[in-house]
Amino acid sequence: MKKISKSARSSFINYGIVLIFFLFFQIMLSTGKLSNSLSGQLIPICTYVIMALALNLVVGISGELSLGHAGFMSVGAFSGVVVATALKDVITVSPIRLILAIVIGAVLAAVAGTIIGIPVLRLQGDYLAIVTLAFGEIIKNVLNCLYIGADSKGLHFSMKDGNSLNMETGGTVIINGPQGALGIQKISTFAAAIILVLIVLFIIQNLVNSRAGRAIKAIRDNRIAAESCGLNIMKYKMMAFVLSAAIAGAAGALYALNYSTVVPKKFDFNTSILVLVFVVLGGIGNLRGSMIAAAILTVLPELLRQFQDYRMLVYAIVLILVMIITNNSKAKDLLGRVGAKIFKKSAVQKG
Amino acid sequence: MKKKLLAILLTTAMVCSLTACGGDSAGSTADTGSNTAADTNAAAPADTNAAAPADNAADTNAAAPADNAGGSGSLTGTLNLGVIGPLTGPAALYGNAVDNGAAIAVEEINALSSDFKIELNSQDDEHDAEKSVNAYNNLKDWGAQAIVGCVTTTPCVAVSSEAYSDRMFMLTPSASATSVTEGKDNMFQLCFSDPNQGSASATYISENNLAEKVAVIYNNSDAYSTGIYQTFQAEADSIGLDVVSVTTFTDDTANDFSVQLTEAQNAEADLIFLPIYYTPASLIMQQAASMNYAPTMFGVDGMDGILSLEGFDTSLAEGVMLLTPFSADAKDDATVSFVSKYQAKAGEIPSQFAADAYDCAYAIYAALSYYADNNGGYNVDGVDYTELCEILISVFSDSNFSVDGITGAGMTWTANGEVNKAPRAVVIENGEYVGL
Repeated sequence: MKKISKSARSSFINYGIVLIFFLFFQIMLSTGKLSNSLSGQLIPICTYVIMALALNLVVGISGELSLGHAGFMSVGAFSGVVVATALKDVITVSPIRLILAIVIGAVLAAVAGTIIGIPVLRLQGDYLAIVTLAFGEIIKNVLNCLYIGADSKGLHFSMKDGNSLNMETGGTVIINGPQGALGIQKISTFAAAIILVLIVLFIIQNLVNSRAGRAIKAIRDNRIAAESCGLNIMKYKMMAFVLSAAIAGAAGALYALNYSTVVPKKFDFNTSILVLVFVVLGGIGNLRGSMIAAAILTVLPELLRQFQDYRMLVYAIVLILVMIITNNSKAKDLLGRVGAKIFKKSAVQKG
Repeated sequence: MKKKLLAILLTTAMVCSLTACGGDSAGSTADTGSNTAADTNAAAPADTNAAAPADNAADTNAAAPADNAGGSGSLTGTLNLGVIGPLTGPAALYGNAVDNGAAIAVEEINALSSDFKIELNSQDDEHDAEKSVNAYNNLKDWGAQAIVGCVTTTPCVAVSSEAYSDRMFMLTPSASATSVTEGKDNMFQLCFSDPNQGSASATYISENNLAEKVAVIYNNSDAYSTGIYQTFQAEADSIGLDVVSVTTFTDDTANDFSVQLTEAQNAEADLIFLPIYYTPASLIMQQAASMNYAPTMFGVDGMDGILSLEGFDTSLAEGVMLLTPFSADAKDDATVSFVSKYQAKAGEIPSQFAADAYDCAYAIYAALSYYADNNGGYNVDGVDYTELCEILISVFSDSNFSVDGITGAGMTWTANGEVNKAPRAVVIENGEYVGL
């Protein structure tokens, strides 16, 4: 056991947490103990966990602030929907279609990430944040006027309106501008979502602990020193950014295929900030923390339904309290002491 | 060590908090989520010899079905009715109107007889598909047997497909897109569908010679607005209405309309068609007034509610026309009583959304009464929502079933879920909606 490094142990704990989460809810589901409310949220939880991991790669590991990750999510979401709907008759096995949709969603989001990353990653700090924010909005607005239809001849695209797709009768409009994608066949499953979380964790953790990952962190910690050591700054920054965009795209495809409709408006600035909140509250650079924060903060608004109209107010207060407590050394000490006391007490009782 | 401990603590806390919610959410929402005065525990005994409460309903209330008078069976039990709508967020005015309207109807229905009660539970969806599905699942946990909702279109599409696979009956007061009902036999609309609104507006403008040249300003980031515009344009082309200017905005650019208004003014449009919600519409009116440009403004049901917008100078809305199935100044007894009750409850004149929701609750009640009449009585206590769904579908698609509500007389439904009723145009005069 001694030979396992600290980082490897931490990685395995992360896989363990995800697997325990999966087993726990799978058992609850199969025994019918789980409420409808919670069982309907399992896939969104996984999606937001993946989004938080993706953003943590950029914000925490690579040290760049991105405010446009919902944009990549929407690229993945809509391309995933197009793939899944267009192949409905060709591939009837839905898990294969889901995998294809997620892969293509990830690839197209990576393409978008590359296009955006090349000019944007030459900027730093606040400038980068603002430009990514702008790109996120651009993606949303482009999708708002994108019309895609499918008929026997293949896919039709238009930027004008649904009528100018020139489809033969019987063709279906897959993406209808601001009305988004309608009539999506729901093929996302909880098991698939968990597998995707595990794959994403595997990719990110292995990247972070690799030579490239160390280079990315070196650039984050001191750009000039890293550059003087001969590291190609642009290459490593792009690596983190594009990978993160691809993961966000995969999350988007998973998310969209869990609902029968998805609109471009969903992936606006607010969603980007929501994911950023997960990352910041969970700990910048802390994968496990952001996973747990994403899961809890996704479920929290539903738990607060009893507060009715005040629930988003309560949600905000909870966020502020968590922020204060996790950043206040006195509060942390107090929590630590209380925790130690409880721990000691139970130890004494056991002894 | 400390870190590991913390991690374990957090995971257990997470798991615990999740299971805790699973256990008690049903109980807590039932306590706090209900807006009715109904006492569920006092659920009426199944008294089959009751003096036909449905008859009383037909006599005293215009919303009861016309052919209910000769009832042979009675409706008993307590129905759990869920409402899903945006109670907070940008579309909250609609959600709250629906919530209040449905609550008034339920109070009235509960007062009609001691045998049949409705328990209402309204859940917030923030006008978001994901939250709306959450709200729907929450209502299922609570034990909802039928749903009035969703209020807005996009959430409704998402929830109706969940409800379709679950076999839960839904009647939406205001989600008007065709995609809401398309391919789902359990989903019915009480409002006009978008194609109806767009083409009816174009026909109305042309038939009444309201304008020579028409300009359109619509929100191209909004499903509702785009849907109506497309059918308006198609109808305008076919009847020869002259549309001289079509300009768009998005939710992010809904603060300044000087470009769109200038274009409309330069094109000499004397009527602006606004298939949009009332918040941007109020800004358009303000900016048009400051430009000294005074065309006729013509809206659709999203414009309804503009007079209760806080901080809006209602004199700007003078002369605005809108197509809506409900006008609060109608003098029939049902409308007058509803308006006074609504004013007492919410302190404002009810919008069309409130009236639609009021009719929704009555339509479901009427459908159940109709079924009870034809089947020698019916007790809804503990009936599974799937069973109730099939019953309600069969009644709503029955051509003999019609509802006289405050948003239209003799409403009937087609099997694909759309309502048949006549549209009504109203104009704003002296800060009030006046029927034309």
